[in-house]
Amino acid sequence: MMEYMTPDFTQEMAATHTILIPNMAPVQFSLLQAALDSEGYHTVLLSSGSSEAARLGLKYVHNDTCYPALVVIGQFLEALDSGEYDLEHTALMITQTGGGCRASNYLKLLRKALVKSGYGYIPVISVNFSGLEKNSSLHFTPELARKVFAAVEYGDELSALRNQVRPYESNEGDTEKLTGQWIRTITQWTKDGTNYKKRREIINNFERIAESYSRIPVRHENKIKVGIVGEIYVKFSPIGNNNLLAFLESQGCEVNLPGLMGFLEYSIANTEIDYKLYGGKWYIGLGAETALNYLDAATTAMNDAMRKYGFTAPGRFRELMKKPEGILHLGAKMGEGWLLTAEMVELIESGFTNIVCAQPFGCLPNHIAGKGVMSRIRSLYPEANITAVDYDASSSRVNQENRIKLMLSVAAEKLNGNKPAESY
Amino acid sequence: MRTGLDIGSTTIKCVVLDDQNNIVFSVYERHFSHITEKCIEILKRISHEVLHEEPCYLAVSGSAGMGMAEACGIPFVQEVYADRVAAGRLNPETDCIIELGGEDAKILFLTNGLEVRMNGSCAGGTGAFIDQMATLLKMQPDEMDQAALQAERTYTIASRCGVFAKSDIQPLINQGASSADIAASIYQAVVNQTIAGLAQGRKITGNILYLGGPMTFSRCLRSSFDRTLNIKGICPENSLYYVALGAAYYADTISDPRELLARIEAYGRKAVFASLPPLFNDREEYWKFHLRHAKACVSRVPFTEDCGTIHIGIDSGSTTIKIAAADENKNLLFTDYRPNNGNPVPIVREILMSLYEKYPGIRIGSVTATGYGEELMKHAFRCDFGVVETTAHFLAARHFMPDVDFIIDIGGQDMKCFKIEDGAISDIFLNEACSSGCGSFLQTFAEAMEMNVEEFAMQGLFARHPVDLGSRCTVFMNSSVKQAQKDGASLDCISAGLSISVVKNALYKVIRASSADQLGMNIVVQGGTFYNEAVLRAFEQEIGRNVVRPDIAGLMGAYGAALYGMERSSGESSVLSYEELKDFTHKVQNTTCQGCGNHCQLTINTFSGTGRFISGNRCEKPVTGKSGDQSLNLYAVKLDMLKKYTGDEGEAVNGTIGIPLCLNMYELLPFWHTLFRHLGFKVICSPLSNRTIYQSGQGTIPSDTVCFPAKMSHGHIAVLAAEKPDAIFYPCMSYNFDEHLGDNHYNCPVVAYYPEVLADNCGELDSVRFIYEYLNLQNRSHFTSHFPKILKQYFPSLRTKDIRKAVNAAYAEYEDHMNKVRLKGAEIISEARRRGMHIIVLAGRPYHIDPEINHGIDRLISRQPAAIITEDSVSHLTEKFPTSVLNQWTYHSRLYAAAKYCTQNPDTDLIQLVSFGCGLDAVTTDEVREILQDGGKLYTQLKIDEITNLGAVNIRIRSLFSALQERKERE
Repeated sequence: MMEYMTPDFTQEMAATHTILIPNMAPVQFSLLQAALDSEGYHTVLLSSGSSEAARLGLKYVHNDTCYPALVVIGQFLEALDSGEYDLEHTALMITQTGGGCRASNYLKLLRKALVKSGYGYIPVISVNFSGLEKNSSLHFTPELARKVFAAVEYGDELSALRNQVRPYESNEGDTEKLTGQWIRTITQWTKDGTNYKKRREIINNFERIAESYSRIPVRHENKIKVGIVGEIYVKFSPIGNNNLLAFLESQGCEVNLPGLMGFLEYSIANTEIDYKLYGGKWYIGLGAETALNYLDAATTAMNDAMRKYGFTAPGRFRELMKKPEGILHLGAKMGEGWLLTAEMVELIESGFTNIVCAQPFGCLPNHIAGKGVMSRIRSLYPEANITAVDYDASSSRVNQENRIKLMLSVAAEKLNGNKPAESY
Repeated sequence: MRTGLDIGSTTIKCVVLDDQNNIVFSVYERHFSHITEKCIEILKRISHEVLHEEPCYLAVSGSAGMGMAEACGIPFVQEVYADRVAAGRLNPETDCIIELGGEDAKILFLTNGLEVRMNGSCAGGTGAFIDQMATLLKMQPDEMDQAALQAERTYTIASRCGVFAKSDIQPLINQGASSADIAASIYQAVVNQTIAGLAQGRKITGNILYLGGPMTFSRCLRSSFDRTLNIKGICPENSLYYVALGAAYYADTISDPRELLARIEAYGRKAVFASLPPLFNDREEYWKFHLRHAKACVSRVPFTEDCGTIHIGIDSGSTTIKIAAADENKNLLFTDYRPNNGNPVPIVREILMSLYEKYPGIRIGSVTATGYGEELMKHAFRCDFGVVETTAHFLAARHFMPDVDFIIDIGGQDMKCFKIEDGAISDIFLNEACSSGCGSFLQTFAEAMEMNVEEFAMQGLFARHPVDLGSRCTVFMNSSVKQAQKDGASLDCISAGLSISVVKNALYKVIRASSADQLGMNIVVQGGTFYNEAVLRAFEQEIGRNVVRPDIAGLMGAYGAALYGMERSSGESSVLSYEELKDFTHKVQNTTCQGCGNHCQLTINTFSGTGRFISGNRCEKPVTGKSGDQSLNLYAVKLDMLKKYTGDEGEAVNGTIGIPLCLNMYELLPFWHTLFRHLGFKVICSPLSNRTIYQSGQGTIPSDTVCFPAKMSHGHIAVLAAEKPDAIFYPCMSYNFDEHLGDNHYNCPVVAYYPEVLADNCGELDSVRFIYEYLNLQNRSHFTSHFPKILKQYFPSLRTKDIRKAVNAAYAEYEDHMNKVRLKGAEIISEARRRGMHIIVLAGRPYHIDPEINHGIDRLISRQPAAIITEDSVSHLTEKFPTSVLNQWTYHSRLYAAAKYCTQNPDTDLIQLVSFGCGLDAVTTDEVREILQDGGKLYTQLKIDEITNLGAVNIRIRSLFSALQERKERE
């Protein structure tokens, strides 16, 4: 049996190759790009999702495979076809979670698609923390790892603040402008190698950032508060979810999109939980615990900074881990697993009772942690107003938006003190 | 005045209220996709006749109205919400609303926590579904309602989506079930779908309101809901207009209708939707194409009595009957093609008799039957031969193109593609239930537009901007069409888009081709759907290559069957003579076989002279009186092995434990049963699945797209809970045993965590203790020390020492059980070899031995005859090898290993069972196929769901065996 192989990505290629990265979360990923570039990589973010990309995805990937794989692989192939890149010196970067869900297979499916479409010579870099693809994975130097974590943290803060201010800004465009400025500033920091190492420095920056957003003039009005949870790609990616965030804002909502760091922390926490449930090497359990505590301290500082300036922010990650109690066990760790449930509860408890749960059509873990837990959540939190929306290559936008509007109608009614709403 | 406009997927509804909220005007019309035009027409009318050009409060609702409302700045209200507004005013005492629309089903719970539910994107249409089914029964919807009132029984019809239901209904029609019974079954299916898909465990009680077209028009549908829910719902006055009324009540801005009209007209002119290049750039291009295809025609000679010996082929399809006759030089003499009206026998009799009458001196050399009705034809008319339809199609295609290497046949209901290598079929692709309906989909759509299919397709030939509708199943296409309509796509663009979709479906969903070269160099396309030039053109465009479409594209099966008979003819056919045909009678009787749990729907055909023929059976029992020997069927043997555990409950010294026999329990039952028996528990195991068990749990299924084996587990919990054990035990397991065949040893997410779903959704578990701890059996030492602590939380009186002992016994029993499976497999292999039988690895998951899940497919295969073994009985015979996918799930690693095993054994082939909705099989099927193909083996996949069309399964199996036979003959 042949294995579809593409060349390994060697460290020497870092200097010679352009690395294409599918853009998942626009703010966070532009900072991640800066982190990688400052460590000697040359990267390009693929942010567009054309119908050509969708067509290529459908052509080279089994159509029942989850939607994110179709989109991302289609994007890669479209980029390679575009003629914009020197194909002798181009590599592709993709993440692998190593968990029990199909997502761990994206890289293999990508290789297969590359070989079948005549790009078998393009190296693929795996980003993972599970020891997969040892010869072709992104090498995390301590430097790079710290920069990456800082990028995700800063990115999460910027996007959380942006989402809280934008719907209320008095002067249209203020928030986007400020966010743009911060992205440039942080990119510069990363280039200069500053502001990512010292804890104190970072915490200071968290506060500066929060403070700057608090100075944007806003109108005080009551908006429908909507949280977005779901499969990580369709939760974040505007291409994957038909611009869900923008759609909700256009409908007059304030959106809460829990950050990317949560997923990293969740992945680390699972190692710790696995150790507790099934045993294993004690030092791995301890390592995970230490790493999680370290990250949790940083996110907590960020959240404190946001709260200090009057913004909403989630609690400690360790607290978040308690949220699914009575609904889903922390052992459910495939895909977004218990994190998805935890985020729903966290959102409801912080006033975001209206929730869009976004998942690729037929997403396996979401049968459990998404749709599977909704009735229990509704019985525990009667105010919860959750709608599950499926995304895939051919499911139509009108269907998705119709469901969301239904959820918003109910939300508007509740906002009006349970009187039938006058809008939506 | 207030105006509410409800623009749905198929109809447009409008009401105008005066200042006292009396309805002064209402209209309900189909819009045939002409949304903006229809809207303008109605608005003009009311503006002029009712509003007298005065401004009024106005709002729009309905899924198809959303885009227009947004673009034109008209206030919009979501349709379900509009329902609620209207019901709040008109029927304030309502607890729950059930509304069925053209393509949506909705349930609104108004009291005790407001909740609104809409059908998922996969759940198919309802009104459109009923229309489709009525078409299938050749009735108007109101006739169907009338008919259903006369029903005496109902059949089980897949309630999941229209495509599935259609494939259930077709065989019923073919078997001659009464249309009254079928009609009633259709309404019941809609009811089941609505409840299973939308109620999701919440009980529908209190004052129920029935709304929407189907509910208004069908008495039988309402009474089916009443009966099933044990309630008495009301269908209020104006039940068609609730959404429109809601929009009218809710309207809070005054609009000037004339100004709105101007905006809508402007909107209609600037349509935007994702479009594809046109099929033809100009007429000249079309004519070139047309003339090229006109050349591919079969040679014909006039049919006279001097034609010599003739050979007749009968292709008895699911909806049509096709007959072709050829002379010894393969010249076509005679063809006939007509719908079978559900009973092909009298039609064929009539055709044969007319042949005898017209040509009294006719010499018939052979009559060969093929298609769904092959066996029926053979028995009824004493045909000489039967040939599986794939072979018949191949023979015909080879006649047109001797070096053909790829054939694609798109018929009304099914799609068949096969690859030809070295003059034999090397690979077969048949459409799965989910992407079927290809040809008939176009037809249904055309009919909805009140056109015939040719006319409808012609519309698309010169469309400038064919709509991009994607390549999914028809249900998705429906909503894509809705979207396109919303975006203002015209009919010609939709028609072209649908034709292109059919092609994409075939290429990317059924064949899974990534390039034309993968298909072949010499391609023949056939089947009735390819008469449609838009489809033909789209196919050539999509693969970038010219193809041959024979002029008898729709008759290839019959022609091929005639050729098949010609090769084998002894000179004189055994077919019934004219006299015999004259006296021929045919009686049909339907019954349910009570021989085993499969409860096959049998059709007993009695023919004068040719005896009795039973169809619908999976095994020989109803024919011979005893079930076939299943000793060489490891599926049956494995099921039998479980009896040891399901039958032995033991004494309840320490209490009773219930174990649901679902998902991974089919493999782990020996482990847990032994463990609890050793600890002095009485162990109650839920019985083998059946339809009743499934239905007892279907109300608590939260995700309608999860696989059927998972859905089945809800029923097992319901059954077990009723036994009131002290606890039900069903642990969560991220990890499976490591069999060293892959890089990791996970369970799939559904198998791993389904107990969580049961815990959160099955109300029955509120009154029974449910133990669903996270356990990992792979790490034996950890489990042995860890498990006692867990179990003692529930049963404090147990002693650690005893639990450890029981754990050891459990491991031993599990190993013993698995060894037995392997040993039994080895025995079957050697016995099969001794008898010279072919061996089939029926590869699936442990739970696929459940007869309710595999629908008796194992027995169907064993009738070929063949010996059947399981993937887990041979997977240990190969070493781990590199795969092109991440090999990290234990059950799936076995599939790859079993495939590898087949490539090393010439007398062994693999058939893969795939549960619909299994996400992991999107990964495994391609991989298994490639492993087999690399080893020169054929790949066969059978997709199974709640209900499976065994006719299609049979064709697949027979095609495989026929191809294997052919290979063997050539060697």
